[in-house]
Amino acid sequence: MKRPPPPMYGLLAEFPDADALCAAARHVRARGYTQVEAYAPFAVEGLPDIIGADKGPIAPLTLLGGILGGAATYFLQWYAAVVDYPLNIGGRPLNSWPAFIPATFEITILGAAAAAVIAMFVLNGLPQLYHPLFEVEEFELATRNRFFLCLPARDPVFAPGVARDLLAELHPLLLREVPG
Amino acid sequence: MTTPETSTPDTRANSDTLHSTGSDVLRPGWGYASVTDKIAGIVLTDKFGWRWWSAFLAASAGVFALLAAVTWLLVKGIGIWGIDIPVAWGFAIGNFVWWIGIGHAGTFISAVLLLLRQKWRTSINRFAEAMTLFAASIAGLFPILHLGRPWFFYWLVPYPNVMNVWPQWRSPLVWDFFAIATYLTVSLLFWYVGLIPDLATLRDRAGQRGERKSQIAYGLLALGWRGEARQWARFEWAYLLLAGLATPLVVSVHTIVSLDFAVGNTPGYHSTIFPPYFVAGALFSGFAMVLTLAIPLRHAFGLQDFITGRHLANAAKVLLATCWMVSYGYLAEIFTAFYSGDVYERYMTINRFTGPYGPVYIAMLTCNVLVPQLFWLRKVRHNVVWLFVLSLVINCGMWMERFLIVVTSLHRDYLPSSWGMFYPTRWDWITLLGSIALFVWLFLLFVRFLPLISIAEMRELVRENAKGKA
Repeated sequence: MKRPPPPMYGLLAEFPDADALCAAARHVRARGYTQVEAYAPFAVEGLPDIIGADKGPIAPLTLLGGILGGAATYFLQWYAAVVDYPLNIGGRPLNSWPAFIPATFEITILGAAAAAVIAMFVLNGLPQLYHPLFEVEEFELATRNRFFLCLPARDPVFAPGVARDLLAELHPLLLREVPG
Repeated sequence: MTTPETSTPDTRANSDTLHSTGSDVLRPGWGYASVTDKIAGIVLTDKFGWRWWSAFLAASAGVFALLAAVTWLLVKGIGIWGIDIPVAWGFAIGNFVWWIGIGHAGTFISAVLLLLRQKWRTSINRFAEAMTLFAASIAGLFPILHLGRPWFFYWLVPYPNVMNVWPQWRSPLVWDFFAIATYLTVSLLFWYVGLIPDLATLRDRAGQRGERKSQIAYGLLALGWRGEARQWARFEWAYLLLAGLATPLVVSVHTIVSLDFAVGNTPGYHSTIFPPYFVAGALFSGFAMVLTLAIPLRHAFGLQDFITGRHLANAAKVLLATCWMVSYGYLAEIFTAFYSGDVYERYMTINRFTGPYGPVYIAMLTCNVLVPQLFWLRKVRHNVVWLFVLSLVINCGMWMERFLIVVTSLHRDYLPSSWGMFYPTRWDWITLLGSIALFVWLFLLFVRFLPLISIAEMRELVRENAKGKA
């Protein structure tokens, strides 16, 4: 069974600076909104904590990527040099681990870096070329000099009239309804 | 103070509520909108002017010369270069080491200075990363061209094949392949991740200006970035992790390149000083190239407010420090040669001074050790012309160093009956100069299509500056 789509994505308020956005975000969070979205043209210090954002499992995934990359590369070298194509060079050990370290190290870094970037993309929902907010003309300033706070309709405590009044109390430069 | 340009007619959107108060790394009077419009405006302009076009045409001519030289190489083989036995590694390997060295400063600036929270990193990291990417790509071309049968370069990759052979895992040349491939990939990831918020800015600026094609192109590259606080939190965290990963990577790459030499038992190659000496040399030449690029860039695009004298002076200080590390490497090489009592090492060292390549060695010491001492003078560090000239001198000096390392050891090693000389041919020179042209060509395209300073980080700097923190 499909639910009918919500009539709107949420309400969007525009603020002139980062401090105003932080204050506004704190205010709506205090009113029990849990899905608050805050948009800024740069990483505002402290803002993720205010809206209750977390970084997600990027760090453990990065570690995992590194371990997998390194282990796979060492295994490949060991398999090639010991099992598949052993070469006896003056009786030296086939599993000559010091010589296998450089490639292992490099692919450890590569695996970790790739995992960090992929994890960041997936957790951030990128690529996502369309988003309802892009329908709001003024939202293009979110990548320039304006700060936006969005109360999405999916928030359990969201009620259109109340939310609008709540945002209006914060004296935004602009208050828009975002179509869903 | 220059007045920030206002390119949009929308005055409401242009009103910056907050302005930088001015500091060593950012001049006063800049706000979020004005830094955005200034840097994005460099890219989103219809006219790029005759200076860009003439530079681009000149570089294109050089790129065609390089293509011709490479084509002739593929047709005739590497005999068109001056290499032979005993000097089988000529310009190609020297150029490789030189370019990969230049490619070190970008990641060093981006990663190490980020971890050390150096504010002067912000306005120079983007183009330094581009420099790294282009230099490392060009570096990667040289060993491939030098392979003899370059079309079989993929044999370096370990893959199951019908020949039933694997790469020689115990060879530094295979380690090198892994190091360069990883370095290129991680540098590209680092650069692209850092670009995403700026690509979103360009998408929205292009849209605001009604440039549909640019909007779509930048929009696709920006992957739909919105700048949500959660996105920023993860972005920053991933970026920091990348910086932490790139830091040991930078050190490892030139270490492995140096092992190409140090593992061989040729006099002059077989030395434990090589890894740190190569890494220091890489930073030395890389920072010299950063200055060589930064000075014309800030002049051409009027970026003196962002890339200030403080940035250039700091780069000069790094050059002075790395100059001494490199000088220590030279001294250690000479000392070790005599202290070892090894007659071949000793001869190699004397031959460097007095042999047929002696004048190049003296010129190299002048460029890399003597001339950079001018950076002790405050006046020199704060004089743009001096800095530019000295950066070019160091670039030349470091190229000579790479050439000498490769050639002087090979041309007279153990057996005097097999001594010989290396004389570069015209194809050697065309390939070297063509690679420089390719670098310039790529860089010109970069400044035309991508923001050469990180806009998002500049906005952050504006805020910190206005609050008196930077």
